[in-house]
Amino acid sequence: MKNIINWGTLLCFLLLAACQSGPTNLPILGNKDEVDGKTVYHEIPDFAFINQDSAAVTNATFAGKAYISDHFFISCPTICPKLSKSMLRIHDRFEKDEELLLLSHSIDTKYDTIPRLKKYANSLGVTSDKWHFVTGDKQEIFDIAEDYFNIAMDDNDAPGGYNHSGRLILVDENRRIRAFCDGTDPKAVDKFMDDIDLLLKEMRTPKT
Amino acid sequence: MQKVTLSFFLLFSFFALLNCNQKPYAHGKIMYENFCVNCHMEDGSGLIGNIPPLAGADYLTKHADQLACVIRYGLEGEITVNGKKYSAPMAGVPQLTDVEIANIINYINHEWGNDNGYTTITQVKNQLKNCQ
Ligand code: HEC
Repeated sequence: MKNIINWGTLLCFLLLAACQSGPTNLPILGNKDEVDGKTVYHEIPDFAFINQDSAAVTNATFAGKAYISDHFFISCPTICPKLSKSMLRIHDRFEKDEELLLLSHSIDTKYDTIPRLKKYANSLGVTSDKWHFVTGDKQEIFDIAEDYFNIAMDDNDAPGGYNHSGRLILVDENRRIRAFCDGTDPKAVDKFMDDIDLLLKEMRTPKT
Repeated sequence: MQKVTLSFFLLFSFFALLNCNQKPYAHGKIMYENFCVNCHMEDGSGLIGNIPPLAGADYLTKHADQLACVIRYGLEGEITVNGKKYSAPMAGVPQLTDVEIANIINYINHEWGNDNGYTTITQVKNQLKNCQ
């Protein structure tokens, strides 16, 4: 009888342990293509924008690094303050992790000038070593939003004149999207930060 | 007869007690979640450097007689909250009724550890007559 209890306890323990280990790698998201028998994943295309310090920001800025991308605008009265707050939480938690950067695209290219972006970054207490606030050609910013599974467009009926979705996107060092979340939901952001941890772990594991 | 009165009294106390356990500013909370939470956040903390907090904000007591005007007509220009300066403009929410404004004020004055006293509908109406 005692034996059964002991085995039972052990089994329960093992089951619990199995539960907790969870997935070790994040999936690669987006449409896949088969080209010459090889799988081609969705990748972020080439881009060239300008950040709050008037420096060029391109794919090369993120070479060997993962980054979080979002789309926002400074005067946005709806979801943007929450997005910025979530980005700020991620910034603070991963401040020391050099492999992770942040990239916020302004979709209000008319109003959000470089000095205004600079002021916004300063007010949040962040710098372009870690967090780029970029502007550029409006159509390019709208177009790349789609590559990040986001929506950005002019909409005179929307508060502030733009319609956009509040997703935060995790891109790996190979330009591939590995996770995303609703940036206005603090609980979703908690889970998303666990995903970032997983990716950082993957990046730090020597490839065999 | 006395028995009836007594049972009524008991019944009444029972419901009064039930009410005690509920959050008293439920309507204000819903209004807050619809009109304010995007900027001032669920926890009333605002956004550092941009949007002032409501949780623990000295502004709420120092400018208690202007809160209704802020909510209806918005706020522009530099203000100081808990020693920090803010200058982004806040748009008003003109579609809120006097009662809804009173409910929001009472909610933010009693949430997140705030304890700033009760604002009556008459006070709100008087304030709104004198907004600049
Ligand atoms: C679009 C973002 C936004 C929304 C929505 C918003 N506020 Fe504000 N609020 C601000 C900003 C920005 C300021 C600072 C204004 C300034 O500096 O002149 C502010 C200031 C305030 C202040 C005075 C400063 C303080 O923090 O005590 C109060 C009170 C206030 N808001 C309450 C509300 C209430 C109640 C609602 C909902 C009815 C609301 N706000 C909706 C952005 C917003």
